[in-house]
Amino acid sequence: MNRRQRSAASRTAVAALAAAVAVTVTVALAQTPPGTTGDARRSGYHDMGPALRAMQDDDSANPAMLWVRDGEALWNRRLGAAAKACADCHGSAASMAGVAARYPAFDAQLGRPVSLEERINLCRTDRQKAEALAGGSRELLALSAYVALQSRGRPIAPPDDERLRSYVAAGEALFKRRLGQLNLSCAQCHDDNGGRRLGGALIPQAHPTAYPIYRLEWQGLGSLKRRLRGCLVGVRAEPFADDAPEYVSLELFLMRRARGMTLEAPGVRP
Amino acid sequence: MRTARLLAAIATPAVIAAVPAGHAQEAPRPYVVVGDAIPASLTGQSGDAARGRAIVADRQVGLCLLCHAGPFPEARLPGNLAPPLDGAGARWSAGQLRLRIVDAARLNPDTIMPPYYRTTGLQRVAPSFAGKPILSAAQIEDVVAFLATLKH
Repeated sequence: MNRRQRSAASRTAVAALAAAVAVTVTVALAQTPPGTTGDARRSGYHDMGPALRAMQDDDSANPAMLWVRDGEALWNRRLGAAAKACADCHGSAASMAGVAARYPAFDAQLGRPVSLEERINLCRTDRQKAEALAGGSRELLALSAYVALQSRGRPIAPPDDERLRSYVAAGEALFKRRLGQLNLSCAQCHDDNGGRRLGGALIPQAHPTAYPIYRLEWQGLGSLKRRLRGCLVGVRAEPFADDAPEYVSLELFLMRRARGMTLEAPGVRP
Repeated sequence: MRTARLLAAIATPAVIAAVPAGHAQEAPRPYVVVGDAIPASLTGQSGDAARGRAIVADRQVGLCLLCHAGPFPEARLPGNLAPPLDGAGARWSAGQLRLRIVDAARLNPDTIMPPYYRTTGLQRVAPSFAGKPILSAAQIEDVVAFLATLKH
């Protein structure tokens, strides 16, 4: 399919799902995530044009809702050697409210922080006795989106966990480190030049308010890790390995940098 | 339409990385800094302003328009992270332009201007770019020759 056909197919699918999604999504939320008065921080949502903001705001138009629907099915599907569904332990997904707003979290058994995606996979391997889902796979994105949706409208609220401190510091240092042939740090673009334009693209402040996001450039749903990898490639740096601790450290730092901002997941971005 | 244009613009950073950096294959040659300039040509020869203009305008090779505007009526949506290139040839000598392209961090350690002719002191450079400058010596001379013509 070419892009137009894909887009048309996707629109048809979205329309067909509208009714089902409208029933399943019961979380009440403000249609426009508000910025806090006197707070210079700005979600990338506010940098988008009205058409994309409307696409995110309308669950029957937000393509990420296709993944959410899959995530809901997965939540209730018994699988693995334990023949357990997420719902068998957690009950309704509503029990996940607030979880995406506070992750990554420290895992005492592993002795290190884990992202929400990793937590989902730990449940699969430890509780369901099933194989871990591949990073970036449709199933993992679908479950992440479904869980994240339960926190939509809530403020980002990372815990003050002493055990996370060194990882947050590592993430902040990485944010400020120049990388790649173009020799740029995250901070130089997103702290120092957020709101300016790199070519035609507006540089956002890089607050992780809406992950996983449906990104038009991707024609699909993607994680924060995928977005970070894109920036690394953009400055001509070698991306970190998929399981590298740098990603969770950066995410820990970014969530603290965005503390109090409204979670909009699953969002839409250009 | 609007979305398509936006997409094309946003996709730019990924495109930068996907396209090999022109002819910048050789390791940098030594050069001499005098004051805030590199007075001598990196190649020993004068560059070609027309080729230089093409390099500056090409967002996969020179990358310049991602940050700088300039006298490029055909260019869509230049960036605004750095001063426009208009008048660069009036503000700076060829030698001053050369150093600012080669390694602007020598003048301002905090600059966001990438070091176009430095391969040391960089971290995690992608293997396909490792050990190579962003532009070759000949390409930089072409760009210097072009920028020197921008008197207004």
